[in-house]
Amino acid sequence: MDEGSVSPKAVAVEGQGLWKEFSTKKWVGAKRQVTRSYALKGVDLAVQRREILGILGPNGSGKSTLIRLMATLLIPDQGWLKVFGLDVIRDRQRVRRLINRVSVEASFFKKLTARENLAYAAGLYGVSNAKAQVEATRILASLGLQRDKLEVPLETLSRGQQQKIAIARALLTSPTLMLLDEPTTGLDPTSRRDVQEFVLNVRREHDSTMVLCTHDMAEAERLCDRIAIIHEGRIIAVGTPADLIASYASGGGLEDAFFHITGLDQERLRAEAEGDG
Amino acid sequence: MSPAGRELHALWSVVRRNFHLVRRYLGWELVFLFYNVINTLTIALIAFALPPADRDRTIIYLTIGALLWNFLSILFQEVASSVSWERWEGTIEYSFMAPIHRLTYLAGVCMYAVLYGVLRTIVILVAVALFFHIHLARADWLGAAMILAGSSLPFIGLGLIGAVLPLLSTERGAQATQVIQGVILLVSGIYYPISVLPGWIRWMSHLSPATYTLEAARRAILNGEGPLHLLPLTIKLFLSGLILVPLGLAVFQLAEHWAMRNGTLKRSG
Repeated sequence: MDEGSVSPKAVAVEGQGLWKEFSTKKWVGAKRQVTRSYALKGVDLAVQRREILGILGPNGSGKSTLIRLMATLLIPDQGWLKVFGLDVIRDRQRVRRLINRVSVEASFFKKLTARENLAYAAGLYGVSNAKAQVEATRILASLGLQRDKLEVPLETLSRGQQQKIAIARALLTSPTLMLLDEPTTGLDPTSRRDVQEFVLNVRREHDSTMVLCTHDMAEAERLCDRIAIIHEGRIIAVGTPADLIASYASGGGLEDAFFHITGLDQERLRAEAEGDG
Repeated sequence: MSPAGRELHALWSVVRRNFHLVRRYLGWELVFLFYNVINTLTIALIAFALPPADRDRTIIYLTIGALLWNFLSILFQEVASSVSWERWEGTIEYSFMAPIHRLTYLAGVCMYAVLYGVLRTIVILVAVALFFHIHLARADWLGAAMILAGSSLPFIGLGLIGAVLPLLSTERGAQATQVIQGVILLVSGIYYPISVLPGWIRWMSHLSPATYTLEAARRAILNGEGPLHLLPLTIKLFLSGLILVPLGLAVFQLAEHWAMRNGTLKRSG
């Protein structure tokens, strides 16, 4: 099998018993204080091929940790995780060829232009600069970004424009698994709508599976085939948006189901989500 | 594209990215270059405080020290600061999740550092030559070039070890690399013979590749010793590179594994 192709029978993402603990150390006087916290506590999950799985959870619930594990940027303390049947630790290089990620921060060399940033990113994946520029222009046009925005330093672009370029960067490498970590957080409604439309188009036109972390219930309901609700490091409910609403918020919406499942205070969570934006 | 072709393509992408960054920070680069030129001239001017008979030789002695230190510190600094720079920009996770060997990424950083270091050193050399009108008729440039090439490897190895520190400590790692650089500057006889160092510190001179580089470069330029005479020192430098580069790479990979376990690749740690 070519290292960039995947077994047609393989589950896109499969993980079991995933635990991840982080510790922070600081000196208090002459004493070193270590604070430990669990980001994940025995997470099991499966994402089917061509599926969009939404991961919903409040801040600090473990969403980004889970995405980072899939992105081969973290090593779990316990448990295992496979992407298209490949272990994220043992087969790291092959997994990396299949994935790309859009994170909440647009993470670019801010002084470089979009073209220069995209040339660098595409080059790391063996995509020629000429092909990358043509493809990036096409992707960005479909996201509603003008061509001249590619020629100016990233730091002069708005957050929404930067995020669109981040999406183009991820798509340039034709990933089989897209990891979207709050890609629309902080975007204005038009940009958010553009990105959401684009995600749906990508799914329609490509053999792509997506894992989408979001705070936005409407976005999750619109884009996701299934939603996993994560809270305090545990996945506490999984189902289609309709199933979750039917089971936990009959007559209500996904937001009601989410609050029912997590037992969280609605006002506090809204304030947190607005704070993120 | 073949796997080897992909790796080469990725390597060139890293080199090109760094030159793009130089262009964007051109103002700063020119300021640093200006400072390096002035610094080298200032150091060489110390020779004018000596009797005229010793002057020319001392100017060249000091200039070689300043130029080599300039080249080697660019090499060390660019490699060592590659991680902290990417962490500062917030791009490190993207660079490190790319499907390339870590050696490819680091080789790209090193290749850029060598090219950029040579370029800057040439500019400073021209400025010094114009300022002092020094005569280098006796110099064996082939020998000097051989030494420069031989010394690049061990310094890349040291740079790789230095680059590990920001992976281990998000806050203090970059500062710690400055400490390493400072110690090399002190013990390697950049501006004075190592014999003037106190006995308790002199043993460190023998561990520094810069000591051998300087000794060989001075022999090539001041005494006109050719490649044949300098071969033992070149081999010594090359061998130290053969130890330090794989060691640096192994240490880097261990540190990356540690960072992936502890979640310190991310900017905020």
